[in-house]
Amino acid sequence: MDLPDLGPLWLTIRLAGITTALLLLVGTPVAWWLAFTRARLRPVVEAVTALPLVLPPTVLGFYLLVFLSPNSALGGLWLSVTGSTLTFSFTGLVLASMLYSLPFMVQPLQAAFESVGRAPLEAAASLRAGPWDAFFSVASPMALRGYLTAIVLTFAHTIGEFGVVLMVGGNIPGRTKVVSIQIYEQVETINYDAAHMLAAILLVFSFTVLLAVYSFNRCFPVHVG
Amino acid sequence: MTALSVDIRVAFPEFSLTVAQDFKGAGITAVFGPSGCGKSTLLRVIAGFERRATGRVAFGSQVWMEGRRQVAPHRRGVGYVFQDARLFSHLAVRGNLDYAERRAPGGPFAYSFDDVVEVLDLAPLFGRRATQLSGGERQRVAIGRTLLARPRLLLMDEPLAALDTRRKGEILPYIARLQSAFGLPILYVTHALEEVTQLCERIVALAGGRVVAAGRVPEVLERLDLADVQGRFEAGAVLRGRLAGTDPAMCLSRVDLGGAVLEVPAVALPEGVDLRLRIRARDVSLARGRIEGISIRNQLPARVLRLSEEANSAFAEVLLEVAGQHLRARLTRAALRDLGLAEGQDVVALVKAVALDRQALPRGLAAR
Repeated sequence: MDLPDLGPLWLTIRLAGITTALLLLVGTPVAWWLAFTRARLRPVVEAVTALPLVLPPTVLGFYLLVFLSPNSALGGLWLSVTGSTLTFSFTGLVLASMLYSLPFMVQPLQAAFESVGRAPLEAAASLRAGPWDAFFSVASPMALRGYLTAIVLTFAHTIGEFGVVLMVGGNIPGRTKVVSIQIYEQVETINYDAAHMLAAILLVFSFTVLLAVYSFNRCFPVHVG
Repeated sequence: MTALSVDIRVAFPEFSLTVAQDFKGAGITAVFGPSGCGKSTLLRVIAGFERRATGRVAFGSQVWMEGRRQVAPHRRGVGYVFQDARLFSHLAVRGNLDYAERRAPGGPFAYSFDDVVEVLDLAPLFGRRATQLSGGERQRVAIGRTLLARPRLLLMDEPLAALDTRRKGEILPYIARLQSAFGLPILYVTHALEEVTQLCERIVALAGGRVVAAGRVPEVLERLDLADVQGRFEAGAVLRGRLAGTDPAMCLSRVDLGGAVLEVPAVALPEGVDLRLRIRARDVSLARGRIEGISIRNQLPARVLRLSEEANSAFAEVLLEVAGQHLRARLTRAALRDLGLAEGQDVVALVKAVALDRQALPRGLAAR
């Protein structure tokens, strides 16, 4: 039995890792704002961030294809600055994945910040801690479980991505060919052995990661409330 | 002494608070009133937690709020002891204390980390988490933590409200000691009159979002028009006296009010100590002369200063002078008419019960 090409697997993990890291930076302020704002705009932003949950990946992928294409403002700008297109590139894939996985980062974080609430932040302010200080020294440690959930869900969800990748990234080996697409391809070409092996790797990997996180959560309960 | 000057308005849909009041820059001032009168909101405005507030707040030469412009809460140097303690649950007790200590401004300070730990007896709790503390312990840690940030003004928002009577009794002496040990101006929110008389020198009474009285505790508490704020049954007066002697056989102590003498259940304190006694208006009856053949032994010569009958009520309140101090009596209007009482008249006040204020405990003993 031939060992299937493991390149797409590494690409997938790299994509999921980068997406998760970038979403952590983008999602945290969004979640914070949603948790604490009194602005009327809040439900609108909430609905927008939740859209990827309900839209078919093909719809998301289609719009991304349109907005990232060299003919669009963003895609054109990217092309003129970097000399490469956003569509059918790893960078475009990262952008698409960030959008696709956004709710998986924002929603657990928002819930965690809401459960921390204003009370400990006011306490921190009364102890002379500024807003940034209070965020890092009080809110974040208290929301640690939310961070863990958000990171794991985002990572796992990005690994399992298929439709959006297919639309935006295509199937370019070494650049946009992720493992879910590779499996699809193997099945299409009736190469069930390779499909089995890749699927099993993905299954075991995902299960192990989730198990590790939930066990960690159980053994080291974060002291909240 | 730096004084706090407040002139603010906050409007909520169901409630609004308007306060224009100067607070002394020393001692403990009670912010007193029934639940929902705006006490906590006032403290939150002073701390900078109410963005909707408008007006002016200044502490000494520093303006903390002017119009809608506000200085951020963490730059005000205001310590806040919350009703629910709000210890950081991800840190142990020691971590909570260190958190504040690390963020204190540059010294030198009037007191050290160890001073605070000692006064509040916190060392045995260091390794514990907030969830492993009793309500009283949690408040002690919260008070210690707040002190360690070296605030210039301490706001205490009903720190004892969540505690049962026994735990309250545990904490009160610690709070009473704060003032003498650390010399901070303190605003102390409460709706419990006991706490006012035991801890505070001055009082600002709020009702329905407005200040209804302000001044020194004994003077404010004996004013008749405060009955509604305090609630009928709490209306009373504070008398000052000196412990004149104790009869161990009968377990009674005599308190010299400066002429008149009052008997109270034995007080375990040295003779000559200054005491404060709280006498509720409903525990005082009046007679035109001394009465024999009655169980009430505390019969004080008094003069009627003011009569105030309550409209649409069976009751009337009488302000009396006893040994140069003020006392209040609550009678029925019918009794007032039958006795034919008039202002300036000499009467005898029959006192049925006396409560001893703990703050009476000598300052010299409380100070470290």
